[in-house]
Amino acid sequence: MISDVNAASRAAWASIPQAVSSFIRKTFALVELEIRKLRHDPTELISRAVQPALWLLVFGQVFGRIRGIGIAHYQDFLAPGILAQSVLFIAIFYGIAVIWERDLGLVHKFLVSPTPRVVLVLGKAVSASVRSISQVLIIYVLAVITGVHLSWNPLRLITVLAVVMLAAAFFSTFSLVIACLVKTRERFMGIGQLMTMPLFFASNAIYPISLMPNWLQAIARVNPLTYEVDALRGAMLASGTSQYGLLVDVGALLAASAILIAIGARLYPRVVT
Amino acid sequence: MIILQTDGLTKRFGALIAVDDFTIAIPEGEVFGLLGPNGAGKTTVLKMLTTLLPPSAGHASVGGFDVVRQAGAVRRIIGYVPQMISADGNLSGYENLLIFAKLYDIPRRELRQRIQDALALMGLTAAGNNLVKTYSGGMVRRLEMAQSMLHRPRVLFLDEPTVGLDPAARHLVWEHIQQLQRDFGDTILVTTHLMEEADILCQRVAIMHHGTVRAIGAPKELKASLGQPDATLDDVFMHYAGDTLDAGGRFRDIRRQRRVARRLG
Repeated sequence: MISDVNAASRAAWASIPQAVSSFIRKTFALVELEIRKLRHDPTELISRAVQPALWLLVFGQVFGRIRGIGIAHYQDFLAPGILAQSVLFIAIFYGIAVIWERDLGLVHKFLVSPTPRVVLVLGKAVSASVRSISQVLIIYVLAVITGVHLSWNPLRLITVLAVVMLAAAFFSTFSLVIACLVKTRERFMGIGQLMTMPLFFASNAIYPISLMPNWLQAIARVNPLTYEVDALRGAMLASGTSQYGLLVDVGALLAASAILIAIGARLYPRVVT
Repeated sequence: MIILQTDGLTKRFGALIAVDDFTIAIPEGEVFGLLGPNGAGKTTVLKMLTTLLPPSAGHASVGGFDVVRQAGAVRRIIGYVPQMISADGNLSGYENLLIFAKLYDIPRRELRQRIQDALALMGLTAAGNNLVKTYSGGMVRRLEMAQSMLHRPRVLFLDEPTVGLDPAARHLVWEHIQQLQRDFGDTILVTTHLMEEADILCQRVAIMHHGTVRAIGAPKELKASLGQPDATLDDVFMHYAGDTLDAGGRFRDIRRQRRVARRLG
């Protein structure tokens, strides 16, 4: 009897590497789905360059002349904020794809397959991460045009990429959770619009937190976007410093993502009911 | 051998009882039809059997595995084609199958062969590398059937497999379903509200109305039970479900079917 139990537990332990490799393989299968779709039709990636261009080329040029803001190079200050913002604005509507896929029956097929629910959610999050890479390229081109003092240290470039991808994973999962709760496109669009602006304005993306009234500072401090922007300011700019430190920033984003992915895995199956 | 069994399966949505005390047993290799008007509870039964929806009461097992407690094991041995057109239009047929082959843990070295076999079986070899949005409705359905059988499931669930198809495409899909049963001995559970479809495909049918099973048996037996010499399955259907049939079905069902029909062009 005891040897049976031992054998069973040995078998369970032996199957762990297999389960882990299956877990990773399936996550990347879902990412592959996204990449293959983008390869067939990349126009979406290009149209996304418009909004950040407006912020950096128009808003930044004008706002930089305001002296009261107390920043010597406002373009430098703004570029990481707009990178974070453009990733947020795209990722926050990622959930609509889930509703769309539910209407098509694609979600049903995913859920009927022997794929762990957390993999389905993680796969979506990593897909959003991959999509956000193009946004980094766009912002860097715009930043060069507007004379932002960028750092070209390879380690810092990798940090920028990693932070952006992590943030995209976080905000897309946030969006997925909301999609699973509201379930219809109409309601989702309303809520999506309602959330992006407050997240954006209650952060350090376009002005320093120190300028904010106290109540807004409190909100900004629990806003994950603030930590993303802070990390990007440290890594992106030649003379960049982050206020909280990269470790705190990345830690905050990682913790927030992990919590949301766990919640998403619980809610995702409910989207078909 | 019984491969699919339910016992008092029930689903409530608030006050609405969508499926009430649903009990059936399906032997291996049978094509079984669930017949009923829109809103009869057919799709809800299918969702419970495919682990998408937890039952409110009762039990169901597929291949001996409980659909709630052993959902993971059930998912490995079933294939499912939802009512909606669910292939991804922005991918090729081959790519659609590739992603699902990976989700079903099909070994890397077998991937290509399995996908090509499945495409060939459904008569899609030539179209395999075209984007699915260029497919006809019948082709999309056959692609979905190819996808649902990649991992060689023991039970296949088809939710209104020919809804929105023209007659020629419909007959082709029927032929492929019959081929699956003949060549692979697949057990297939199909929902439909087309009497002709049930008559051609199914060894046995259950007629559902307002969430309950009104009659169950071979189409021939059911027709004979009416006592009219030339009764059709249509008559059987009207006899068991027709007299209280609400005209038109529920708004949501109609909207979904229109959407499917529109996507099929």
